[in-house]
Amino acid sequence: MTLAAASHGFLSPTGVEIAFLLVGLVTLGAAVVTVTTKQLVHAALWLVVALGGIAVEYLLLTAEFIAWVQVLIYVGSVVVLLLFGLMLTKAPIGRSENADSGNRWAALIVAVASAAALVWVVTDAFRTTWIDLDGAVQGSTEASGRSLFQYWVLPFEALSVLLLAALVGAIVLSRKNDDRERSDGSERPGSGKQSGPREQSGSREQPGSRERPGDRARLREDQG
Amino acid sequence: MHLAYPAVLAVLLFCVGLYGVLARRNAILVLMSVELMLNAVNLNLVAFDVWLRDKLHAGQALTLFTIAVAAAEIGIGLAIVLLVYRNRGSSDVDRLRDLAERPDGSDPDDGSDPNDDTPGRPRPDHRAEAAA
Repeated sequence: MTLAAASHGFLSPTGVEIAFLLVGLVTLGAAVVTVTTKQLVHAALWLVVALGGIAVEYLLLTAEFIAWVQVLIYVGSVVVLLLFGLMLTKAPIGRSENADSGNRWAALIVAVASAAALVWVVTDAFRTTWIDLDGAVQGSTEASGRSLFQYWVLPFEALSVLLLAALVGAIVLSRKNDDRERSDGSERPGSGKQSGPREQSGSREQPGSRERPGDRARLREDQG
Repeated sequence: MHLAYPAVLAVLLFCVGLYGVLARRNAILVLMSVELMLNAVNLNLVAFDVWLRDKLHAGQALTLFTIAVAAAEIGIGLAIVLLVYRNRGSSDVDRLRDLAERPDGSDPDDGSDPNDDTPGRPRPDHRAEAAA
């Protein structure tokens, strides 16, 4: 940590900063497309780009373990879960015009106002602060593992209990749903059986079967 | 590296996620925007951890915990969204107005009286909406 602005050029960025800026622009653009596109599946796919860009930013910040965890969990499982959710809720494949609700202009005003305020405060606060990336790697797997299992064991175990609770919760939500579907399913085949013979008998006694030769005769008359 | 780069990127990502949460109509897109906001917070945590050279690695440990909590949140959230979709036939957050306070006490959505929504009963009118 260096507080002297004189040792760093203000407008002479290093290579890491340029790479961070470029990847950050890609990430931000993908995030904006994610929240503004009208095609729901494309939003999930652009979310992959945004999350992968954030993983690259972690790598540039020398936090490699977090970067690979990000790739594994977010890009690997969360986006797949979101895509499954889009499929199971029968999301439209093409453009859906009502993807944005009516209050998008109010949302835009709120987002721009908060972005302006926060960018102003953050740049004003950290104007003369530099990260020293040249020392020992802060976020290597060894360092993260040592700290995690030396100092953070109790939160780690609590987190496993939380994941178990989430698992049980998801199963309970789905099972309640299955019971309802089962009770519906016991009613629906009954009604289907009632309506099925009607259709069959109707097709047997159908006056349409007598009409069909008449139609053919009419067609022949028309052709003749 | 200047600390303002990751901080400003995190702020902008958070505000993009905020816009998405407020402006999107589909509940799954709202969940995606929540993920963007959580990732902005994670980026801040990692950047400040690297800046402060924390001996306990508190920022990165908290980032890992946030990622795990976000995974649990997305699982439960999607289960709830699927349940709502099966009961109501849509996952539009604008149309989920059962808990809205109405000044005249009437129900503008489906015309039935609000006393009809007792929790123990199955609700065939919504089921009919879902089938339609």
